[in-house]
Amino acid sequence: MKKLAFIVLLAVSVFAHAQVTVGSKKFTESYVLGEVAKRTLIDAGIKAEHKQGMGATAIVWAALKGGSVQAYPEYTGTISEEILKQPGLSGDAMQAELNKLGIGMTGELGFNDGYAIVMKKERAEKLGIKTLSDLKNHPELVAGPTHEFLVRKDGWVPLMAKYGVKLTNVKGIEHSIGYTALNSGQIDLKDCYSTDAEIQKYGLTVLDDDQNFFPQYHAVFLYRLDTPAPAVEALKKLAGTIDATLMIKMNTAAGESKNYEKAASIYFETKGKKASVVDDSLAPKEVGWIGRHLFLVGVSLLFAVIIGIPLGVVASRPGPLSSAILGVTGVLQTVPSLALLALLVPIPFLGISIWTAILALFLYSLLPIVRNTATGIQNIAPSLRESAVALGLEPRARLLKIELPLAARTILAGIKTSAIINVGTATIAALIGAGGLGEPIISGLSNNDNNAVLQGAIPAAVLAILVQVLFDVVDRVVIPKGLRV
Amino acid sequence: MGKVTALIGPSGCGKSTILRMIVGLVEPSQGEVQIDGAVLTKENALTLRRRIGYVIQDGGLFPHLTAGQNVALMARHLGNPEAENAARLKELSALTKFPEDGFNRYPSELSGGQRQRVGLMRGLMLQPDVLLLDEPLGALDPLVRHGLQTDLKAIFAQLQPTVVLVTHDMGEAAYLADKIVLLREGKIVQEGTLEDFQKRPAEPYVTEFLSAQRSMVAI
Repeated sequence: MKKLAFIVLLAVSVFAHAQVTVGSKKFTESYVLGEVAKRTLIDAGIKAEHKQGMGATAIVWAALKGGSVQAYPEYTGTISEEILKQPGLSGDAMQAELNKLGIGMTGELGFNDGYAIVMKKERAEKLGIKTLSDLKNHPELVAGPTHEFLVRKDGWVPLMAKYGVKLTNVKGIEHSIGYTALNSGQIDLKDCYSTDAEIQKYGLTVLDDDQNFFPQYHAVFLYRLDTPAPAVEALKKLAGTIDATLMIKMNTAAGESKNYEKAASIYFETKGKKASVVDDSLAPKEVGWIGRHLFLVGVSLLFAVIIGIPLGVVASRPGPLSSAILGVTGVLQTVPSLALLALLVPIPFLGISIWTAILALFLYSLLPIVRNTATGIQNIAPSLRESAVALGLEPRARLLKIELPLAARTILAGIKTSAIINVGTATIAALIGAGGLGEPIISGLSNNDNNAVLQGAIPAAVLAILVQVLFDVVDRVVIPKGLRV
Repeated sequence: MGKVTALIGPSGCGKSTILRMIVGLVEPSQGEVQIDGAVLTKENALTLRRRIGYVIQDGGLFPHLTAGQNVALMARHLGNPEAENAARLKELSALTKFPEDGFNRYPSELSGGQRQRVGLMRGLMLQPDVLLLDEPLGALDPLVRHGLQTDLKAIFAQLQPTVVLVTHDMGEAAYLADKIVLLREGKIVQEGTLEDFQKRPAEPYVTEFLSAQRSMVAI
């Protein structure tokens, strides 16, 4: 079985290398640039796909280095500050440093999407705040920067230190939720990207960086040096073709329609090409999400059953091995799902792939199946257990003909629990580009779009109920009639 | 020709433990179990068990199998021809007065007496040399119990197996067994027939035990 899984994995990774995969980070602009790159590659006759919104810088960079994506949009400031950790590198120096790591960098696309700090206009005017230096006199302000900005080398802490500002109330808030909080007055300050569509939408004031703290964030594409040459050529041609106005226009369009492919097609229209034919209808997308979701749940559950039941049988016999199995599967269950994904992503062969998501779901499914198998067998009446021995059945036959059938109901209940938990947990698979119903949920969350969230959440809830019903039917078919009293 | 021995005594005197030792569920702390001269060991337990029919209270039937599947479980496991099994089921149903259409029922759909008959059939299926009955009639109401006692006696007479029967009913022991063994706290107090017990009690406890058996007077 292990061998089979390995071969499947190998086949998948070989297949993946036959095309160029573009990654993107988890915010609108990155999604849009990813779509621009994808269409550019396709127009150049290269087979390409776009893994949307894979995560923060660290995850997408790891995916690029690991080879599960060949290119993704990045910013010069992030490259020097976060990736190379050498602030203030020139473009050529950056290029040289990246080359040492097997990565190439295109020319600047044509706009600077630097970090900035925004406030609500009325609030800023009322307090007379125009520049970051003005913040010094207002320690009472509530700040809600993103979690990433809070820990960046060019982020919150050094920024406040440089300006000598000491705020007492600072809490990390997800980017698009932060905008809502800012607009409703729950927070006063947050970080933003200077091309964010929300600045216009909410009429926000961008505080002047009067001491020039923020590095420049010119958008570029990073690509693996082993990417096929025609693909690299196509990406390089994007340099200098997107100015700030165009980018804000695309970001606004994407923010409104939530359709990144459609937003990206604005780029091609301005370059005199025809707009992408975008299928905007929900039904096929929904079907795709549900199909992928079921695949994730089904495959992970299948492996959990194949491996969990034998583990449960071993765990049902008292001894140190039993405690070890129940202990390890129990601990696995307590690892937060995001942390588990983060731990699995750096493992070679896994990376940002559907198999990483399946492995994580598999690990989560183990405990209920293992524990119920063990309990089901342990709870068999001693008189029945002894009857089986006294009849002269050997251990293997006792297990297969007596113990497992008698425990079937409890085991099935464990599988059902795992399946239902899996339907919910599988939504996190979208974080690493594995798709499923988490895709609309996560992109909805990152764009503050409740409709999109519901497009994922409602089918996921319905699936959970259907799984429940399905297992009731399976119960009726599989459980021996004599056990149904 | 087999003899019928009844083990009798108060709860906890060790009578069931003796049966469990014979079938190899419990290892003796001292001494050994011999079946037809062969010493029971861990290695030969599997083969020796298949020559023993072990029947416990309420039959010890597997609830996920029908009565017929319970009875034929071992025979099928050993790969006996299905035609033979069917013929044997028919024979056993006549012998134990269990209706043939009951073979398709699950244990939960049978009465206590029927379950006991199924347990007995399962014990007899492979034509054992030794039959161990652990309070087989303990949980049944008096009428059913009486009927089964009569049937058991007939079966013993017909098949003539070696039987070890555990009971706490002296009347049942006297009716079914050639020899009665009275136990107390893991030790044999006296062995013999009811008459021996009544006329030549080994110690006052024997008389005390007999006088506590109210129903015996009627027999």
